[in-house]
Amino acid sequence: MKRQQQLLILLFGFLLMFSMAGAQQRFPKPEFESGYMQPDTTTPEPRAAAMEFFDVLVLIGVMSLATYLIIRKRSRRGILWLTVFTLLYFGFYRNGCICPIGSIQNVTMAIFDPGYKISITILLFFLLPLIFALFYGRAYCAAACPLGAIQDLVVIKPVSVPSWVRKTLGFIPHVYIGLAVLFAATGTDFIICRYDPFVGIFRMDGPYLMIGLGIALLLLGLFFARPYCRVFCPYGVLLGWMSRFSRKHITITPSKCINCKLCKDSCPFDAIEAPTDEKVRTEQAVRKNMRSYVIFGLLVPVWIVLGGFAVSQSHVLLSRAHPDVYLSELLIAHPELKSDTENLDIQAFLESGKSMDQLVEEASVIRGEFRTGTWILGGYLGLVLGIMLMNQFILRKRDDYVPHKRDCFSCGRCMDYCPVDKTF
Amino acid sequence: MAEDKAFNRREFLHRGARLTLGLSLAGVGAVAAVNAGGEKYVWQIDPFKCTQCGRCATDCVLEPSAVKCVHAYDLCGYCDLCGGYFKPGVTELETGAEKQLCPAAAIERKFIEEPYFEYVINEDLCIGCAKCVKGCGSFGNGSLHLQIRHDLCVNCNECSIARVCPSDAISRVPASEPYMIKGDFTENQEGEDQA
Repeated sequence: MKRQQQLLILLFGFLLMFSMAGAQQRFPKPEFESGYMQPDTTTPEPRAAAMEFFDVLVLIGVMSLATYLIIRKRSRRGILWLTVFTLLYFGFYRNGCICPIGSIQNVTMAIFDPGYKISITILLFFLLPLIFALFYGRAYCAAACPLGAIQDLVVIKPVSVPSWVRKTLGFIPHVYIGLAVLFAATGTDFIICRYDPFVGIFRMDGPYLMIGLGIALLLLGLFFARPYCRVFCPYGVLLGWMSRFSRKHITITPSKCINCKLCKDSCPFDAIEAPTDEKVRTEQAVRKNMRSYVIFGLLVPVWIVLGGFAVSQSHVLLSRAHPDVYLSELLIAHPELKSDTENLDIQAFLESGKSMDQLVEEASVIRGEFRTGTWILGGYLGLVLGIMLMNQFILRKRDDYVPHKRDCFSCGRCMDYCPVDKTF
Repeated sequence: MAEDKAFNRREFLHRGARLTLGLSLAGVGAVAAVNAGGEKYVWQIDPFKCTQCGRCATDCVLEPSAVKCVHAYDLCGYCDLCGGYFKPGVTELETGAEKQLCPAAAIERKFIEEPYFEYVINEDLCIGCAKCVKGCGSFGNGSLHLQIRHDLCVNCNECSIARVCPSDAISRVPASEPYMIKGDFTENQEGEDQA
């Protein structure tokens, strides 16, 4: 009896639902006489749900261990094994998702889109590596990043790259993170995840183009060590800022530097700075550079405005990456496409019952966001450029070979090569 | 002495910068935390929004797609002439591949009793193309529909199908309720209405 009632309520529910959906239950459910048991619709549990907090613990564990190995134990071998573990666990086992690099976009969306609820795990994935970098340098890059790990393990014959090339290429990550934040804030796209070159390799599946790019980067990485980290990684920008002012940092030698230059040759990333040449760093040169430094410092606001103006010119172009803007422009330019039954996006839009005016209105709001966003993006890039130019004129006195705190990945190769260590 | 002073100044500036960075990090974290929820999210298809465009089969990062057709048996009419199984216009109900709508022959048809037939999706073969969903929706009750199967889905940070879905049918749902199976889905709603 109870069951019949339930069935009735259920049936009523279906009828209600179908009448709402504008369709009717065409064929009633049969009443079987042969004792047929209806199978259940299976619902397998999400693979990742149970492991999310465990992943945070593993991340903390790996970064703590890496910090201990770098700062205390001074063990390159330890870092190497940790790298292998990270590649297997975060890379091939956990398939590289979610990672702190991509979490930039989730955090941005959590700030700009009130409808999006970021999970605590993702927020921790974003914050923890930065906090570690603020205290101990880029321990995350050293051993906890699967993308870094896969590249670090293929560094076979690294070549040194001229400083001006490195510095110019170093501008790209700023553009990348700027665009990623812009696209995430406007709800357009997650470009960091979409153009992640290694996630396809970790999953052993994915678009051929991206897997090809991943393999190409690995081949390039045989000679130009860690190309993604140095030329593209958007999260590296944030880590670099933190590490630049970190409280402690990897030191090459445990006691006194003997200026043997072995460490500089061992570093595949050109991240070790040589002692200053006193012939170059004369009193006169220092004073002259100081003047240029101040002049370029005063020029920074000009760069910001110019950058903002220049990049904001592209807001129309960039906003087309948003599907709504693209669709509205397409329909305005080619109204005849509305009768094109092959175009799925247009047909879905026509079926959705949304009016053309609504679409155009939404598109113009998004375009407005892009106008503001590109001004901010341009201003930021101008600021970065201004500071990069200013930094050309810093002639800091250095007596020893020291790691460049911003660019150093704390991989520990230099410690391994330092001959001073061996006497202890 | 002069060197000492320079060093102190630099150390002071570094501490200032460190503090600033630490505070801005805390600020960003706090602003994001306001919008934080304790739960993880997974991707799922709303069967009532889905327009069966076929992109689920082609745009998933996995090959074959993590989207499969599922069967809400409660809604099924167990028809002999099944709109999801046979191609439109088929008159002789033979089960040859050329008569079947499914390009992967993933639907298994089984006789139960006169005149009813059971249809079961073989998910190992299903590619998520939604051809049967369209057929079932057009000629039948609409018991066949697409769902993201979470034993397969790698839960990308942004679902590559969601990005191209023309009807915005794919969205993030709480991991505790990862499916929108047609029958259960309405049953839940019914329960909510009563409460």
